Amino acid sequence: MSKYLNYIAPPAVGALGVIGVAYMLADQFVSDMPAPARGVIAASPANATEGPTPGADPAGNTAEEHAAGHFGLGRTALPEEIAAWDLDIRPDGTGLPEGSGDVWTGDEIFADACAVCHGDFAEGVGNWPKLAGGADTLDHEDPLKTVGSYWPYLSTTWDYVNRSMPFGNAQTLTPDEVYAIVAYILYSNDLVEDDFVLSHETFLDVEMPNADGFIVDDRDSTEAHFWAEAPCMENCKDSVEITMRARVLDVTPESGDEDAALEEAVTETAEIVPVAAPAEAAVPVAETAAGAAPAPDPELVAAGEKVFRKCSACHQVGADAKNRTGPLLNGIVDAPAGEVEGFKYSKPLIAAAEEGLVWDEASLHAFLEKPKDFIAKTKMSFAGLRNEADRDAVIAYLQANN
Amino acid sequence: MRQSDGTGATRRGFLKASAAAIGGLAAAGAARANAADPLITEVQPWASGFGDGVDATPYGLPIEFESDVIRRNVEWLTADTISSINFTPIHALDGTITPQGCAFERHHSGAIELAKPDYRLMINGLVDQPLIFSYEDLERFPRVQKTFFLECAANTGMEWAGAQLNGAQFTHGMIHNMEYTGVTLRTLLNEAGIQPEGTWIYVEGADASSNGRSIPMEKALDDCMIAFKANGEALRKEHGYPVRLVVPGWEGNMWVKWLRRIEVLDGPVESREETSKYTDTLADGTSRKWTWVMDAKSVVTSPSPQSPITHGHGPLVITGLAWSGRGAIERVDVSLDGGKNWQTARLAEPGKPMALTRFYLDVDWQGEEMLLQSRAIDSTGYVQPTKTQLRDVRGLNSIYHNNCIQTWWVRPTGEAENVEVS
Repeated sequence: MSKYLNYIAPPAVGALGVIGVAYMLADQFVSDMPAPARGVIAASPANATEGPTPGADPAGNTAEEHAAGHFGLGRTALPEEIAAWDLDIRPDGTGLPEGSGDVWTGDEIFADACAVCHGDFAEGVGNWPKLAGGADTLDHEDPLKTVGSYWPYLSTTWDYVNRSMPFGNAQTLTPDEVYAIVAYILYSNDLVEDDFVLSHETFLDVEMPNADGFIVDDRDSTEAHFWAEAPCMENCKDSVEITMRARVLDVTPESGDEDAALEEAVTETAEIVPVAAPAEAAVPVAETAAGAAPAPDPELVAAGEKVFRKCSACHQVGADAKNRTGPLLNGIVDAPAGEVEGFKYSKPLIAAAEEGLVWDEASLHAFLEKPKDFIAKTKMSFAGLRNEADRDAVIAYLQANN
Repeated sequence: MRQSDGTGATRRGFLKASAAAIGGLAAAGAARANAADPLITEVQPWASGFGDGVDATPYGLPIEFESDVIRRNVEWLTADTISSINFTPIHALDGTITPQGCAFERHHSGAIELAKPDYRLMINGLVDQPLIFSYEDLERFPRVQKTFFLECAANTGMEWAGAQLNGAQFTHGMIHNMEYTGVTLRTLLNEAGIQPEGTWIYVEGADASSNGRSIPMEKALDDCMIAFKANGEALRKEHGYPVRLVVPGWEGNMWVKWLRRIEVLDGPVESREETSKYTDTLADGTSRKWTWVMDAKSVVTSPSPQSPITHGHGPLVITGLAWSGRGAIERVDVSLDGGKNWQTARLAEPGKPMALTRFYLDVDWQGEEMLLQSRAIDSTGYVQPTKTQLRDVRGLNSIYHNNCIQTWWVRPTGEAENVEVS
């Protein structure tokens, strides 16, 4: 890369001297302007004509283009804007905010926010990622790759939890919560003791077992024999036998007849409808249920749609909803419990259903507030919606999709 | 009136005519019809009445008869469709450009809706001036246009352990090829001014997945693009509207969608998608990282399990796609006998660097069983390996970068099946 940098740097110096002044002025005198103007110089037509020829080969552009600020487009990024987006953490911990969290706090947060997919012990639910276990399996058949067995840097775990988790509700955790969750994941992998406190200061003390398990792509050397001068054209092998057949395995999705395919194509384009227009979706409910409950308030339904994102990792609702980790929820309001076709319920829920549980507003409120209090050992490992307004909203949303 | 009585009758007429054509194949030369074809002798409704007026479909969709040419998902692969993948129907396409509407999707946190007025692109880190661009700003930089394939590193990954999915769409459909319009990444980086210590960039999208990747500065300055148009029109939502990164020849997850930030750094971030995923575990348990480039690869798209031979004996067009992340496709060989003997196929057009190339082999098929294979050779001299050759180097635990030679077993009936051969 040095060959590029060598010829980028010199022409950049001249232009920068002048533009730099313009920036300083903008920052000093128009400090509250949300979009500081770029240097005026670059906007002059004389400079604009020096740009590369449109359509030219990207690799064929000349060095003139490399002058920084050549086009004068865009604006200066403000420090608080950079701080808001520049969140990535480097392997040496660069980028970590101050904070700390211990294993047991992490355990609690994990149970609330993560266990629904990753299991109470980070062992993974169904097809969702397993975060713990798999030590010493990497050279076995079907290795189990987890944070403990595979991930080389702890920074990656912190960064990913911080920016992408919980799934469907990303960027809602505080730094202390992230430290605590990561501490718990480490504990689940037997990498720290239960009294461990992870912080920006203890971060580099953690040893990741597979830190030295990676090599940089070596295909050019280990696979050099794939660059064969003249590949064989005739009588390249004595015999050819079929050693395996896909049809024997039979895991290919059905291709379906034309009608099914058409239906699929249609629902795909239509799936946006209930999301974009919850108010409209509510109308038919009022019509069909004439005399029964009034139509849910469209605003409440819209709010409920947002709350439902927390549920959507496991539950679907709407025209093409299917059973997932949890049952589909079309028509659930005022329906008897445990009756969604094709869904395998937990025993406690089946028992409750047999005792006549109906998902009316009251029971939904109670269940959604603290699922495990309402039905002990329910499969739904969701912490609950403690905020009554959230529950009202999500029930209204479900009603709109009834 | 000599008009036929509607589609039912014409459909029957069509079937009859086809059967006659196949029967006639036994004789040498062109088939001779036993009876006049009513599709010709009777005036058809479309030859007499009106078709749709203009604006019947302001933005056109394929005609209903093509409704099975769609992306498909393999449900058991992933826990849900939000972080998942589907497959391009390559078995039913020809040419090299993939229509956006059926080009495969891979999301890590769903396809987000990001409007142009809400779009911001930040360049920060080791630059002379950290910058924010609006969508409109990007359209004012000198523009370039290039065609590239995008292949997911996991394409054909399910076939590593053995023949598994029965269809080219599922074995090789994590690929598309589009003509992109945009701005070179170099233009934008130089607008901010790269500092001498800046040897890497880190790119990330605006969605919740934080699918970020580190890219060496050499590549960033070489041929990467910020694209806002594909095949002449705006990117689709599922492909990163309004702006995505184009990283020619390199694995698809680096082509960050909804691109929102480019950071210039002095080293890689080692993010989730470049450590825990998209790394390749070898037999001894060590794993390759930074396996960015996509090796040369090809596949026969027809005949194939989803595109069997239905036309009887005689002329048969064998066709497929070839590509390489290291350069252009120079040559494609096709074998009808499972790799014993090879013949060089005809390229529809000379190969373009890091773009799909279409190949054809015209044969006279007399119902013999075939073990169809194709083998790509790129401009660096790399020859697409067999699965055995790959396993010899990489072991059995690899997932990504499976560029092995594919075999379709074509039966005398014209049906085809995904098989592995010795």
